[in-house]
Amino acid sequence: MSRVAQPNLGQVLSGLLQALLGWAPVRAAQGRLKDWGVTGRMAVTAVPYLWLLVFFLVPFFIVLKISFSSVEIAMPPFAPLIQWANDKVMLIRLNLGNYQFLWEDALYSSALLNSLKMAGVSTIMALLVGYPMAYGIARSSREWRNILLMLVMLPFWTSFLLRVYAWIGLLGINSPINQMLLALGLINEPVSLLQTDWAVYIGIVYSYLPFMVLPLYTAIEKLDGTLLEAAADLGCRPTRTFFSITLPLTKEGIVAGCMLVFIPATGEFVIPALLGGPDSLMIGRVLWEEFFNNRDWPVASAVAILLLLLLVGPIMLYQRAQQAAGGAHR
Amino acid sequence: MNQRRSFFVLTAMAFGFAFLYIPILSMVVYSFNNSKLVTVWDAANSPTIKWYVALLGDTQVLDAAKLSLKIAAMNATGAVILGTLAGLALARFGRFKGRTLLTGLTTAPMVMPEVITGLAMLLLFVAMQTVVGWPEGRGVTTITIAHITFSMAYVTVVIQSRLLTLDESLEEAAMDLGARPAKVFFVITLPIIFPAILSGWLLAFTLSWDDLVITSFVSGPGSTTLPQLIFSKVRLGVNPSINALATVMVLLVAVCIVFAGIWMQRQEKKRQRDMQLALAANQEGE
Repeated sequence: MSRVAQPNLGQVLSGLLQALLGWAPVRAAQGRLKDWGVTGRMAVTAVPYLWLLVFFLVPFFIVLKISFSSVEIAMPPFAPLIQWANDKVMLIRLNLGNYQFLWEDALYSSALLNSLKMAGVSTIMALLVGYPMAYGIARSSREWRNILLMLVMLPFWTSFLLRVYAWIGLLGINSPINQMLLALGLINEPVSLLQTDWAVYIGIVYSYLPFMVLPLYTAIEKLDGTLLEAAADLGCRPTRTFFSITLPLTKEGIVAGCMLVFIPATGEFVIPALLGGPDSLMIGRVLWEEFFNNRDWPVASAVAILLLLLLVGPIMLYQRAQQAAGGAHR
Repeated sequence: MNQRRSFFVLTAMAFGFAFLYIPILSMVVYSFNNSKLVTVWDAANSPTIKWYVALLGDTQVLDAAKLSLKIAAMNATGAVILGTLAGLALARFGRFKGRTLLTGLTTAPMVMPEVITGLAMLLLFVAMQTVVGWPEGRGVTTITIAHITFSMAYVTVVIQSRLLTLDESLEEAAMDLGARPAKVFFVITLPIIFPAILSGWLLAFTLSWDDLVITSFVSGPGSTTLPQLIFSKVRLGVNPSINALATVMVLLVAVCIVFAGIWMQRQEKKRQRDMQLALAANQEGE
């Protein structure tokens, strides 16, 4: 069976990389590393590991450090924590003032609570919209399933900012929706949802819906159909089957989807900035304004730490759901 | 398992998809509107392409788009290299020291609110500049590093899940025949997971092309990306030329996705056929 092999892009790439591997200096370096007791596996793991440690983990410690600093008119605009008096005595100035300030000013606690509320409500709304969609897709025929999944993913590939922007036109006073409702006589005067909490809910549900549908779809698709048939054979009504079999068995998908919406929504900046009103503050917007408008880096850092502490629980929950789903895959 | 879907489920699906697509369609439609008031349809003089013509002459937009393209391409390439290495380590190396931390580090950037990641990255770059003198100031370099860091997490997940569904026996056979691990990777694994690598590249490219929040923290004067420019325009109100820009971007993405999808399906079919041929040959040999 000799089919003429057409080299594809992947094979060309693999050929090039192989040639590189055989190149004398690369070989020499490999030998040197082996002498030092560095195995190939260690080298492969070390590169992304070091990158993430330096550029992702270390920055959080810097944020923590700067949240204890105080603001100064300089570049960078904060006072160093460690100072040397007469080159001999090390002074560490821990300034707890930022956290005290966040505690005392009601603006921050109300923004924090408001963010949790907005993210929570939007997550529930996204679940209510997303679950039937995911269910319907998982129960479609094979060809339809791929097309529908692609349709769910497609908006995700187009600009997030522009999709949020589209709602400014749709929710405004002159919007086509308003005109349609007026023409149908359903409303007497145009209503503008713009700059209300509802606009933010719609924006969040809209932007994060794919993140809700995909994990739900994965969970529902894996569901063993014979269980549902057995329940039906035993005379269980569809609603009851759904609540006592389908829902519990897709719990991991629900947790993963909810966390994928809730966590980023809590710290969301773009949606409340474009669609929300000035009085409905969300913590991501507060952090942004503290940083860009007030140039108060230490307070912005303290807000970031607070938000992070709040989200540690949900993030752990998400990772556990991920691991449970991964374990089921194998 | 193709069960009858109830009326409720079908209605909910129709509603869901309408919800996803109406805003995008409305942007496309209103980009041909003659009126400067975006939401008032000027029936007499529409459709018009004047906003597209204006877009072509807008050097600010074009420059920003060029910069965004450059950053997105560099980011995608870097993210694919790092993400493939991380995905390989997580899927193939079993339990190694620090695996849990690596898993955490590759999933955290996906859920972390962008304002936190952006602030953390900026403070790191500022600290690095005072300690080691690099990177000097902020601009394309810092934006690219920040983008690679969060988009490599997505690539890792794509590669890892592809490797987990991949039958390891081909790799093991090559190993048994005496191929060194690096050779096995380049000759066997890489060509098979290539479609996943390509979709990882596209994903990383889109994430970077789209990012506003993290970019705003780590960018400097003189490096305005397209999302930054759009955001500053949108804050001033709705603007018909943005609708035109959005239409162009949606169209480009749709064309790319459809072609990539067709290509990937073909690759997958070809791969399955090759596997079957290999298995058949194997059985003949026995």
